[in-house]
This record gives sequence, structure tokens and C-alpha cells, in this order.
Amino acid sequence: MMSPHVILRVVAKVLIPLIIVYGFYVHFHGEYSPGGGFQAGVVLASAIILYALIFGLDEARKVFPPYWARVGMALGGFIYASVGFVSLIMGGKFLEYTVFHPDVAHGTGQHIGIIAVEVGVLTTVTCVMIAIFYAFAGRTPEISDEDW
Amino acid sequence: MLEVLAERFNYAVIIVLMMVGLYAVIATGNLVKRLVGLSIFQTSVFLLYISVSKVFGGAPPIFDYKDLAYDKLDPNAIYSNPLPHVLILTAIVVGVATLSVGLALVVRIREAYGSIEDDTLAEADYSLELEKGV
Amino acid sequence: MSASDITQYFDYIFMAMLLCIGIAVIRLRNLFAVVMLTGAYSLISAAWFVSLDAVDVGFTEAAVGAGISTVLLLGAMLLTSREADKTSLGRHAAAAVVTIAAGAGLFYALGDMPVYGDAASPANTGVGMEYVDLTAEQIVIPNVVTAVLASYRGFDTMGEVFVVFAAGLGVALLIGLGGSKREED
Repeated sequence: MMSPHVILRVVAKVLIPLIIVYGFYVHFHGEYSPGGGFQAGVVLASAIILYALIFGLDEARKVFPPYWARVGMALGGFIYASVGFVSLIMGGKFLEYTVFHPDVAHGTGQHIGIIAVEVGVLTTVTCVMIAIFYAFAGRTPEISDEDW
Repeated sequence: MLEVLAERFNYAVIIVLMMVGLYAVIATGNLVKRLVGLSIFQTSVFLLYISVSKVFGGAPPIFDYKDLAYDKLDPNAIYSNPLPHVLILTAIVVGVATLSVGLALVVRIREAYGSIEDDTLAEADYSLELEKGV
Repeated sequence: MSASDITQYFDYIFMAMLLCIGIAVIRLRNLFAVVMLTGAYSLISAAWFVSLDAVDVGFTEAAVGAGISTVLLLGAMLLTSREADKTSLGRHAAAAVVTIAAGAGLFYALGDMPVYGDAASPANTGVGMEYVDLTAEQIVIPNVVTAVLASYRGFDTMGEVFVVFAAGLGVALLIGLGGSKREED
């Protein structure tokens, strides 16, 4: 079903790429400015939610299939935990990032670890938020449009 | 007494906000409105933590990038306490996740009973038990 | 007052707005209005977080509280009902008794709270401030909150990620992920 709101559709088409770029900016700039995986995940999810609100749920399901959300939910936690296990294998403690790089004075190992961990956070938060939205929006409401 | 209150005025207001949330949870039978009250309560707890971490004259706990790179950080700079920020940041995201579980339960209750007012639910349960002959 | 800060004047504005919205939420019965006011409440508390130097928290609250949770509450409201029933007077009385009792207990303990904005209070002298110094030496990234979140308290954050995952799983178990239901119909 196509929405009849032309202005909303045009504005959304401009805004959604910007929201996604901003989400990734917040994610990868999280070490230098406010931001990080949690915030970026929510911003990215809100881009998909905006798409679903304006172009309809079925279109959004084609862009971001619920299957991805289901897999991504688990994948993010897996990435996070596996960073911990990699640091164990490399001879450190669980989630001890200094073992990833010999340059301890500039904290390069810490930077690698933080980025890797935040990718896990981003994946889980984005996918859980989208999955929850799909779950609520996928139910057909009992209230018909005329009642509004 | 008055000085104690004046130095902790924001905590007093946050307690009032918590009371507002608690009142909204108890005084309504509508389950969606109860969850709204619960999230007001939750936000007041967040505000309590964050206002404890505030230091007057302090800056947000983010260094200047160039100062950090060239090792010229001002040792006397005042920053607000970052630890409560970390705790609350994750608590907010977990809060919305648990809110969604609560809302999912409410949707299921509505589908099973046709209502989300708690006295209607109690009556439906009661008549169901009468039918069973408990 | 011993110390003061310019942001204190913002505090009073935010406090007044939050109290007004909170009382309006209690009084209103139209759930649509209640949900929209909750979004406004989150946005104002996000502004207060920023004024209290918690920029990361303010950002999160603005994105999560005013964005996602408003959408979720609207979706749930659409699936359930749009008007709350009138509550009986007895229930209001019971709520008032419980609320005043809880509030009185907290006000009694108010004197034990650290003084607002005090840099020497027990809450602000312990491990939290050590993180600020240690981050500059060990992690070498500007944002201390990210450093504590992902490195010093990385195990804690891993638990949070699993809680978010578990919540997503709980919603999926309760009402399905909405993916396969329509294909069955």
C-alpha cells in the first residue's frame, strides 16, 4: 500500500540516508565525542522504523528482512563474547584489550578492542530494536482506520 | 533544616518526580498507563544518579583531542564523574528493552481477555474459576 | 549555598516542566496524549542530562526515550485501547497513601545525600574520578565514558548486551517477530 503523502515520502527519502550516515558517524566517532554502539544502534533502527512508517511495513521487510534481525540479535552478543575469547587465546585475561597490539603507550590495543566490542553492541541493539518494532507493527490492529 | 533542603534541592524534586511515577502506577487500572508511570519512575532514578555525578564548574568527561594526542592535558581541569554516566547509559537501553517486553505482555493480555483494565481482568479470571467450579 | 554553577538555573526550568508533565500524565485518560507527553518528558529529561554534563546519557535518552519507546508505546496503544477507564476514589486514596509513605521515607533520608555539585562528596572522589586520570594514561581516547563502558567495565556491558538480546527474544516468544504471520494467512 502506497502512502498518499507526497511531502512525507520525498522528505523521508532525503532524510533516511542522512540518518544512516549519522548513525555510523556516531558509532565510529564514539571515542572522540558523545556516542557509541548503544546510541548508534538506536539511530540506525530509527531509520528503518521511519522507512516502515512512511512506505509501509512490507516495503521495510524487503529492505531489512526480519530474518536479518533475528540473526543479528544473536550475532552481536557473539561478536562481543568472541572478542573476550580472542583476548584469552592471545594470552591476556577475558576482555583485556592490551594484548591485541604491542603499542601499549598509545593504547592501540585498547582502541582495537573498543571498536570491535562496539560493533557487537551496535549489531545487537540495532537488530533488537528493529525486531521489536516488526513484532509490534506486524500484528494487525483491531482498530480500523475509520475509527481514528 | 532549610539549608539541608537548599543544598539538595534537586534531589527533593527528583523524589517528587518518583512519587508522581509511583502514583501513576498505582492509581490507574490501565496497563499501558501503568507502564508509562513505570517509565517516569525509571527516569527519576536516572536523574538521581546523574545529578549525584554533577560537579559544579566541571566539564563533560571528554578530553580535548589535540591536548590528549600531544600529552598536554591540564591536570587541574575539573570533570563530572563519568561512572554514573556509564551505568545509566546502559540502563536506559535495557529499560526500553524491558518496556517492550511489558508491552508485548499487555498486547497478549488484550488478545486473551479483550481488555487491559485490571478490574475487568480480575472479574474475567473470577468468572472463569466459577465456571471451573474451583 | 557554598558553590554554584550557571547550569543550576537551567535545572529549575527543567524541574518545573517535568513536574507539570508528570501531573498531566496522571490526570489525563486519553492514552494517545499520555504517550505523547511521555515522549516530551523523555526529551526534557535528556536536555537536563546534557545540562548536568552527562552528554552521552542525554544523547541516549533522546534517541531511546523520545524516539523508540514512544513508537513502541504508540504501537502497543494501537493494539490495545485508546482510553483509560475512570479510576475509583478509593484507588486514588490508596495510591496517595502509598506514595506519600514512600516519599516521606525518602525525604527523611534526604539529609544523608551528598551535597549537590560537591566535588569532594564521597560519590565523586572514589573510583569514578580515578577513571578520568587512568583513561588519559592507559586507554588514550578522549571520551572517558566510552573508555569505561567498553574497556574498564567491558564485562558489565557484555551482560547488558545479553539482557537486550534476552528482551528481544522475550518479545519474539510473546508476540512473534511478525515475519511469518502474514504469509500463513
